Amino acid sequence: MATAAETTPKWSRRRALTWRRVGRGAVPYGLIFPVVAALGAILAYPIYSLVRLSFQKYGLFELINHHGVGVGLHNFGSVLHDSVFWHTLVRTIVFTVANVGLTMLIGTSLALLLVRVSAWVRILVTAGLVLVWSMPQVVAVQVWIWLTNSQNGVVNYVLTQLHLGDYIEHNWYVTPFSQLAMVTTLIVWGALPFVAITIYAALSQVPAELIEAAEIDGARSWNVFRDVTMPVIRPVLLILTSLSILWDFGVFTQPYLLIGQGHIVPSNYLMGIYLFEQGYVKTDFGRGAAISILMLAIIAVMSVFYVRKMVRLGDVQ
Amino acid sequence: MTRRHAGRALWNTVGVAVFVVMVFPVFWMVSTAFKTDDQINSFAPTWFSTTPTIRHFTEAIHRPFFWADVKNSVIIVSVTVVIAMALAFLAAVALAKYRFTGRKLFIVLMIGVQMLPAAGLIIPLYVLLARYHQVNTLTGVIVTYLTFALPFSVWTLRGFILGIPKDLEEAAMVDGSTRLGAFVRILLPLVAPGLVATSIFTFITSWNEYIFARVLLNDQSKQTLTLWLSFYLGTGRNTDYGGLMAASTLTAIPVVIFFLLVQRRIAFGLTAGAVRG
Repeated sequence: MATAAETTPKWSRRRALTWRRVGRGAVPYGLIFPVVAALGAILAYPIYSLVRLSFQKYGLFELINHHGVGVGLHNFGSVLHDSVFWHTLVRTIVFTVANVGLTMLIGTSLALLLVRVSAWVRILVTAGLVLVWSMPQVVAVQVWIWLTNSQNGVVNYVLTQLHLGDYIEHNWYVTPFSQLAMVTTLIVWGALPFVAITIYAALSQVPAELIEAAEIDGARSWNVFRDVTMPVIRPVLLILTSLSILWDFGVFTQPYLLIGQGHIVPSNYLMGIYLFEQGYVKTDFGRGAAISILMLAIIAVMSVFYVRKMVRLGDVQ
Repeated sequence: MTRRHAGRALWNTVGVAVFVVMVFPVFWMVSTAFKTDDQINSFAPTWFSTTPTIRHFTEAIHRPFFWADVKNSVIIVSVTVVIAMALAFLAAVALAKYRFTGRKLFIVLMIGVQMLPAAGLIIPLYVLLARYHQVNTLTGVIVTYLTFALPFSVWTLRGFILGIPKDLEEAAMVDGSTRLGAFVRILLPLVAPGLVATSIFTFITSWNEYIFARVLLNDQSKQTLTLWLSFYLGTGRNTDYGGLMAASTLTAIPVVIFFLLVQRRIAFGLTAGAVRG
C-alpha cells in the first residue's frame, strides 16, 4: 500500500514530525475509534464479566442484587466433574465431524457436477442453490417439521412409495441418534449452497488447458482431480472446512427448534444447548459462564488456523 | 463424440435430480401454504393445489402479535443496520487506505470476534443487560446484534473499498482535491453499491437471528417475527401446518428478495478474498 511516506521524496523526510504529519497519522485511529469503543462496550466488557461470573455463584437472587458471591474454581470443578458435560462434548465432536464431513463431501461433488453439466442445467442448479441459501434457519426448521411429521409428512409418503420400506406413521424423532440425524439433514441442506457455490468459483480458477493436457496425456480423472484441480482449490476447501467446523460446533437454533424445546434432554444435548439449559434456563449464570468459557476456549483453539489464514489475506493488500 | 454426449446427458440428469431434491422443501412450503386443510391432512399428498386458497395467509397475519412483531423486527433491523454502517464504514476506510500500528491486531479482532458462537455470549450479555434494565427491550436486542453486525460490516466494506481502482482516487488528488475531497467525490459513489450490499446482508442476518432474541425478549408484544414464527405451533397437539407454512413463507419473503439482490456481490467478495491469497 502506497502511503504518503513512501511517495514523498527523500529530502522531505526531515520534516516528518510537523504537526500536519502527526495529525495525518492520527486519522486511521480516529476512524477506527467508534468501532473499537462500541465493541469494547458491548463485547470486551461482557467477555470480562463472563470471566468474573465464572468464578462466582450468580443465580436469580444475585441477578436482582447485581452482586455475585465469589466461589473460586467451584463452577469449573462442577462442570468438569459433570458426566453430562463430557458426554455432550464427545457427542458434539462426533456431530461436528459428521456434519462437516457430509457438507464438504457433498458440496465438493456438487461443485464438480456444476462443471460437467450443460449451461442451462448449471443455471438451474445454481438458482436452486441460491434460493435454498436464502432460507432463514427458523423457517427451514418449520418446513422440516412439516416434511418429516409422522402423521402426514411427505417424506414418509415418498419413501413408502419408492418401496424403501414401510414408513407409514414412522416417527423420525424417537432416539437421540435419529433426532440428531434429522438435525444433520437440515444443517447439511442449508450449508450446501454456500459451500458448493464457493468451491465452484474456485474450480473456475483451474486452467482448462492444464486439465486438457493432463487428459491427453492419458491421466485418469481421479489423478487429474488430485494433481491438477486439488492444489488450486485447497485453500478454499481449508477455509470452508474450518468455518463449517466452527459453525457446527456452536450450533444452537436448528437442534433446539427441530428436536423441540419439550424434547431436549441430556441424552441429545449439543454444547450450545447444554450451555443454554444449564446457564440460562436454570438461571445458574456462574456455572453457565464457566461452560461458556470452556466452549469458547475450544473454539478459540480451533479457529486459530482460520484467523491466521484470513489475517494473511488481509495483510497482503 | 456420442460417448461424450451420453456422458453430458447423464450429468445433466443428475443435475436436474439435485435441483429437485434441494428445492423441494422450499416448493413444499409455498405449495402447502396455498392448499386446503383436507389436502394437507390426507396421507397421499397433493403436489399442486388446483383450488388454491389464501385463507392460511389471512389467518396467519391475523394471529396475535403478527403486526406488532413485524414492527419490532423492522425497528431492530433498521437501527442495527444504520449504526453498523455508520461506524463500520469509517473503520473500513482506515483498514483499506491506511497503514498504522495496531492494524493487524484490529484485523485479528474483526475476524476473531466473528468466530465466537452466539451461544457462548448469551450469559454475560443477559446479565449485563439485566443490570441496565434492558432485558425485554428492543434496545437490548440491538446492542447484542451489533456484536456480530459491526465486525462483519467492517470486514466486508473493507473488501469493497479495496476493490476501487487506486488510479481514480489518485487522479482526483492530482487535480488539486484534498484527500477528503477525493474521498467524498470519488470514493463514496463508487463504494455505494458495496454499502448497499453490506447493509442488506446485515439486514438479513439480524432479521433471521434467533438465540439473542429468544433469551432477551419474553414479552410477546416485544418479540421479533422470527421468534413469533418459532412459537407458531405452540405446545398443543393440533398442528396447523397450512398456517405454519403460510407464516413461514411470509417470514422468508423479505429475506429471499433481498438475498437474491445481493448474493452475487457478497459471494464474489468472499471468493475474491479467498483467491487473492
